Amino acid sequence: MMEYTLLIVVIPLLMFLLLASCGRGMRGQLAGWLGSLGMSAAALLSYTAAWHYFTGVGKGEESYQQILACSVEWLRFTDKLHIDLGILLDPISVMMLVVITTVSLMVHIYSLGYMKGEKGFQRYYAFLSLFSFSMLGLVVAPNIFQMYIFWELVGVSSYLLIGFYYTKPAAVAASKKAFIVTRFADLGFLAGILLLSYYTGTFDFAALTAGEGALVAGSMAGVSFMGLSAASWAMALIFMGGAGKSAMFPLHIWLPDAMEGPTPVSALIHAATMVVAGVYLVARLFPVYFFVTPGVLQLIAYLGAFTALFAAVVAITQTDIKRVLAFSTISQIAYMMVALGVSGYSGHEGLGYMATMFHLFTHAFFKALLFLGAGSVIHAVHSNEMSCMGGLRHFLPVTHITFLIACLAIAGIPPFSGFFSKDEILAAAFHHDQFLFFLLWVIAGLTAFYMFRLYYRIFRGEERPYEHTPHESPVSMLVPLGILALLSCVTGFIPFGKFVSSDGSMLVIHPEGMIALAGVVAALAGIGCARFLYRKANDRPAQIATRLHGVYTAAYHKFYLDQVWLFITKKIIFRCIATPVAWFDKHVIDASFDGLGRGTVKLAGAIKGLQSGKVQFYAFVFIVSTLLLTLWAFFY
Amino acid sequence: MESIGSLIIFYILGAIIIGSSVMAVTSKKMLRAATYLLFVLISTAGLYLLLNYHFLAAVQLSVYAGGILILFIFAILLTSARGDKTEPHDKRRIITGVVTALAGIVVTTLVTLKHQVLYNGNPTVTGDQEIPVKEIGFALMGTDKYQYLLPFEALSVLLLVCAIGSILIARKR
Amino acid sequence: MIPMEHYLIVSSVMFFVGIFGFITRKNLLAVLISIELILNSVEINFSVFNRYLYPEHLEGMFFSLFGIAISAAETAVAIAIIINIYRIRENIDIRHIDKMKN
Repeated sequence: MMEYTLLIVVIPLLMFLLLASCGRGMRGQLAGWLGSLGMSAAALLSYTAAWHYFTGVGKGEESYQQILACSVEWLRFTDKLHIDLGILLDPISVMMLVVITTVSLMVHIYSLGYMKGEKGFQRYYAFLSLFSFSMLGLVVAPNIFQMYIFWELVGVSSYLLIGFYYTKPAAVAASKKAFIVTRFADLGFLAGILLLSYYTGTFDFAALTAGEGALVAGSMAGVSFMGLSAASWAMALIFMGGAGKSAMFPLHIWLPDAMEGPTPVSALIHAATMVVAGVYLVARLFPVYFFVTPGVLQLIAYLGAFTALFAAVVAITQTDIKRVLAFSTISQIAYMMVALGVSGYSGHEGLGYMATMFHLFTHAFFKALLFLGAGSVIHAVHSNEMSCMGGLRHFLPVTHITFLIACLAIAGIPPFSGFFSKDEILAAAFHHDQFLFFLLWVIAGLTAFYMFRLYYRIFRGEERPYEHTPHESPVSMLVPLGILALLSCVTGFIPFGKFVSSDGSMLVIHPEGMIALAGVVAALAGIGCARFLYRKANDRPAQIATRLHGVYTAAYHKFYLDQVWLFITKKIIFRCIATPVAWFDKHVIDASFDGLGRGTVKLAGAIKGLQSGKVQFYAFVFIVSTLLLTLWAFFY
Repeated sequence: MESIGSLIIFYILGAIIIGSSVMAVTSKKMLRAATYLLFVLISTAGLYLLLNYHFLAAVQLSVYAGGILILFIFAILLTSARGDKTEPHDKRRIITGVVTALAGIVVTTLVTLKHQVLYNGNPTVTGDQEIPVKEIGFALMGTDKYQYLLPFEALSVLLLVCAIGSILIARKR
Repeated sequence: MIPMEHYLIVSSVMFFVGIFGFITRKNLLAVLISIELILNSVEINFSVFNRYLYPEHLEGMFFSLFGIAISAAETAVAIAIIINIYRIRENIDIRHIDKMKN
């Protein structure tokens, strides 16, 4: 009935194959138009699928059910354990389909203008299609192994896109960093998958989460390692994979650097879709986390809160606008993680779960809008640095308005979408843990502050002496901005609880007045501070920076985490492990084989004289040997 | 009496064989070497006669002495345009050869003498049991046990092939 | 009566003289002569064993007979090859023909 959803995944793949295999045969923007066309087809199909699912097919008596739209057995290991490839439709995967195809389509269209005339235009679109394919395959995965496959594909395409400007050393370094860090995290993910499937004998999400995670709890009961149960290990390792992709502390270091890629790519991958893969993964396995390993869920909540605070503080000090947005992304993703961590299960208990998905949904649109707007600004000014910008609202009116809308949305000002989702998160946290609520409340204020710092410094303040007058972006870039701005305005009014909830039931969510008020107050306070400090050029920010010198410098350098990682990898791992291992490999393993080879050569050199072709010598050897044999036979 | 006579003849033949074969492999002139080889072959025919293998002796004489040696002499004459002296021997090589040959002789003699072969009771050894040629002919032409038609035919084909092959190899191109 | 060992000693001396010649001579024809000596000594052995150990049979004698024929064939081919070599390289020194190709 929903088999056509297969096309949503397959169309981008075909588009990738087409664009990648046509060589450089496509003239002008043909590749871009083709990619956009394919993506819009996928988007339309997604909307149809969502309509079908939420209004008819998926609707059960009381709750939404999971539908396996199609499934193919791919690898069979044992009777029980096999890997299938298929398409699973349930509220969150359908929602993700809509989000991904929409944002991807916007980025495709936007890139028509942004990437116009770039070298490798077709390659860019091929990679975009590959990425969309991977991400779509990830969200519809019915089992954890398919998810892992697409998870890695997402990592690869992210690597390709970050390193798109492969002649720039910084881009190459950033792409390698992103790949290695997420790969390192995925090692944990894989270990977790193997651990989990070893005990449960299945990869299937439905089987794993069924009956309050009874399968996991039952099969892994009594097994423990280093004081923690095997289930905790498995789920924590799986979360490690999610933490890598979702840039949770301390694996977040790749995300700011990933901004070396083209800006639309940052919008698509590093803001809206890929980075929420970790959140999505935890949401997928939420029943297991909640019922079997509540300790890990607690860890997720606190780690998320810490990351959110940390990233918000760093974002305040950054001057590269894309880096500000990157840290803002880290902060917001962590926000979602916190909401998952504080969530309960079933009905209104599962408010946090629903809030996470809601925030994921709204965040995807306004963060993509922010990035695309930043791209538009960069397009106009040819720089990423805030110090090169100011007073741009006169030159870029459309960008200005849409950016403002996005800032208001992320700050949580009603009636923009961010307000609604953030409010739900705050409410969920309030009912679970007051401390976390307080943290999130502060972070909400910080978010508003740094976003409006960004806004004021770009669009208000004095105009800079621009080399050539900044000009508004072409229509192909403004249309996506407009659409996303519209979405940022209206998506908050979607009764999200009716569609997505922890157990599939339909909820009616009522905003809680006091919490909403508190959130708005925090946001307004943040905006007020930003307005006070940055509306006009003055020395107040500098004074504050001087007064808080130590903290400011540390935050500006992202609390030296990059250096810490470098220290750990270069000084400790390389020197203490890699170097001895390399030495052993070179001087023992290699050397023994070299010695074997050299010995053979020497032996060959020594005996090659025997094979002289001189018959008389052969006869001599033959006779002497025969005589010796005779003697031996005779005397023994 | 007869056995003493044949003993004397045997030793004379043995001496000729040993001496001539040594000369055949050591003489510097190829024609002489071939001649010594002829002596060896003829003496060998004499040994066959002593063993009462008259037919074998005749074959030895006609094939070896009559056929092969002629071939040798022709070959020597054809290939020794610069005089039939062989090139000087390498000292070390000769010493090696001598040592090897002596060691071989010692070892085989030792083995031969140490080994007890029982034949003394055999009455036919000393008697003049000449084998009639008719018997040999039947043996060569029969297919029963102890008859050799198949090797005979195989050999005839081999000889034919050799004749053709020799012509092919040695013909002028 | 001539002891069998005497025949054997004569033939083994002949054999090893042939070996000596085969190892030391450099003229191909001299090497061929050595080979003839070796073959001849072997044939003597066959005949002797036949006569002394199995006089009622004829295998040894026939073996000698066939050996003679085979040595004739071998000599014919070998001499043809030697003559050919001589045509190509103008000498028949064994040291010059230790390669399969020219």
